[in-house]
Amino acid sequence: MSLFKIAWRSIQQRGLASALTGFSMALGVALVVAVLVIHHVVQDAFQRNAGLGYDMIVGAKGGKLQLVLNTVYHLSTPVENIPYSYLKEFTTGAYKDYVGKVVPYCLGDNYEGYRVVATTPEIFENEFYTEDEKYTFAQGRNFKQDKFFEGVVGALAARRLGLKVGDTFRPAHGVMNDGLGHKHDAFTVVGILAPTGTPNDRALFINMEGFYLLENHAKPVPGEPEPTAKAEAKHEDHDHDHNDEHDHHEPLPENKREVTALLVRAKNTTASMFLPNKINEANIAQAVSPIREIRGLFDVIVEPIQWLLLGLTVLIVIVSGIGILVSIYNSMSERRREIGVMRALGARRSTVMSIIMLESVLLSLGGGVVGWLMGRGLIATLSPVIVAQTGVSIGFAPLMSSELFLIPGLICLSALVGYLPAMTAYRTDVARALASSP
Amino acid sequence: MLSLKGLKKSFAEPGGGRLPVLDVPEFHLGEAEQAVLLGRSGCGKSTLLHIIAGISTPNAGSVEIDGVNIVKLDEAERDRVRAEKIGYIFQTFNLLTGFTALENVMLGMTFARGKRDEKRAKELLDRVGLAHRLKHKPSTLSVGEQQRVAVARALANRPRLLLADEPTASVDPKHQQQVIDLIRSTCREEGVAIFLVTHAPEVASQFDRVEHLEQFNRVAALA
Ligand SMILES: Nc1ncnc2c1ncn2[C@@H]1O[C@H](COP(=O)(O)OP(=O)(O)O)[C@@H](O)[C@H]1O
Ligand SMILES: [Mg+2]
Repeated sequence: MSLFKIAWRSIQQRGLASALTGFSMALGVALVVAVLVIHHVVQDAFQRNAGLGYDMIVGAKGGKLQLVLNTVYHLSTPVENIPYSYLKEFTTGAYKDYVGKVVPYCLGDNYEGYRVVATTPEIFENEFYTEDEKYTFAQGRNFKQDKFFEGVVGALAARRLGLKVGDTFRPAHGVMNDGLGHKHDAFTVVGILAPTGTPNDRALFINMEGFYLLENHAKPVPGEPEPTAKAEAKHEDHDHDHNDEHDHHEPLPENKREVTALLVRAKNTTASMFLPNKINEANIAQAVSPIREIRGLFDVIVEPIQWLLLGLTVLIVIVSGIGILVSIYNSMSERRREIGVMRALGARRSTVMSIIMLESVLLSLGGGVVGWLMGRGLIATLSPVIVAQTGVSIGFAPLMSSELFLIPGLICLSALVGYLPAMTAYRTDVARALASSP
Repeated sequence: MLSLKGLKKSFAEPGGGRLPVLDVPEFHLGEAEQAVLLGRSGCGKSTLLHIIAGISTPNAGSVEIDGVNIVKLDEAERDRVRAEKIGYIFQTFNLLTGFTALENVMLGMTFARGKRDEKRAKELLDRVGLAHRLKHKPSTLSVGEQQRVAVARALANRPRLLLADEPTASVDPKHQQQVIDLIRSTCREEGVAIFLVTHAPEVASQFDRVEHLEQFNRVAALA
């Protein structure tokens, strides 16, 4: 008979109370684990997407975070545009020597609520979206520069919208599917991206050249006729056999073009430090670091919320611990006699105290282990749902260091919880305990 | 093997005074001797057994077991002497309700230093006629059977002295003799001394040595 077994028997003796207190501990720990894993997943999802292989995002002056949310996460309200000529500064102008690569984004359209990004095919060419993962196509291919009305669709958007290669879709003006936006001309899906676990899974990418030709997308230039009428008239001609006809369009003149954002990769580390200053000093646009903005968002909003959640769940664990305390403490008066008998058999004060402590540890840790499994099980069951909703795959997330703190944490808690009843056992007056009937 | 000298014990009374219970100038028990202790209720028999077992400490005097004065030992050492040299049987509720008969016997071994000898536990239960009840919980055993388990447990660590505080007071008369016989015969076989408290004259009369607490306790003599 080990002390362990003696403690376990006492737990069995109080079957219902033990089960209930152990279960509440399990629930508490399950919630803690769930919060920890979700925290990990959210952080991972945000941070690994923040870069997307670019050092900075250049856009109209204004909210930095808004710019990042729009370009990287396809979220938030639309931002102002900047002139197309500004893009030239990066390709042929003043900033040319600092720039490794620049990709323009034109935003502001949606398809069935999924954001449409008008850009150049370069966005997917030899690009890494995390440190070592390249964009690949689950179906089809990248869109071509000279095929104005081609587009590719992110994995999640394709699945949700039921789009496949060869399908067409008509982007609508605005970022929300409110049914108010005018439906534009159709783009043909030529490729479906493989899942990346990034927000790009939720977006549709179209050729910028086609985007410019859509109604209302040309910047009005004083003294020149509105191009829309012309463009529309043109489209109506081949509205029913458009697919292979689109490439015959005339590109929109550059003075009528605008872009929303530029994804810029600096040529080298030095350039990545210089360039933002140069851009910001020039005062035409702003350069923001997506990683810094996202970290800021995290520090200000996401982290505190998650700490709050963690605090609440830890509180549940503590309350469960108090439940265990009450359960064991209540049993002490009934067990006075048994403690007396054990002492009469030669058990020391410290031994009976250890037995009570062990009960507390067993209930807390046992509940904790069950709770950990429950929490992980919950996450594993929800994992497919989360992947479907967000494109973020959790898998069986690796054991996190924060989870490992659960064990010493629970042992400390159970020691605190067990201390009071254990001291009662320690102080039991054996002669009196033996005189009492159970 | 047991010798008491100048033993005094009194309890604090609610009024603030002290209630003297024991004043025993001298008492001896030989190796493997079997003695019975008589005395009216409340005269201090249980208190005396507690002091011998080291559960209570006297206000004065010495308790020597195998030549060791346990009064001088610290509590942990007294606990060990009790675990290894003394077996204890109470009137009722000897057994821990959550444990089987076998586990109850093993329990005594848990607190002693020696190894946990399941074979011996089984042999003892066999010896008290409960070989077929090893896995039974106390609630499924009769009081007589429970007391027999208690006898087996008291002897588990091969003690030198068995203290029995009215071990048959709750057992029906039919089984009382069975329990007494078991205690006496197993102790004789194992060379264990017995100090047994009883109220029953038919039990006391079987022992060669019968002590009346009132006769060697000066508190009782005064009262
Ligand atoms: N812990 C205690 N505190 C105060 N008085 C006690 C205590 N234990 C026993 N007594 C008193 O000591 C006397 C002897 O008790 P006890 O040894 O149990 O008698 P017996 O076993 O002979 O019936 C009684 O008067 C009892 O009330
Ligand atoms: Mg008594």
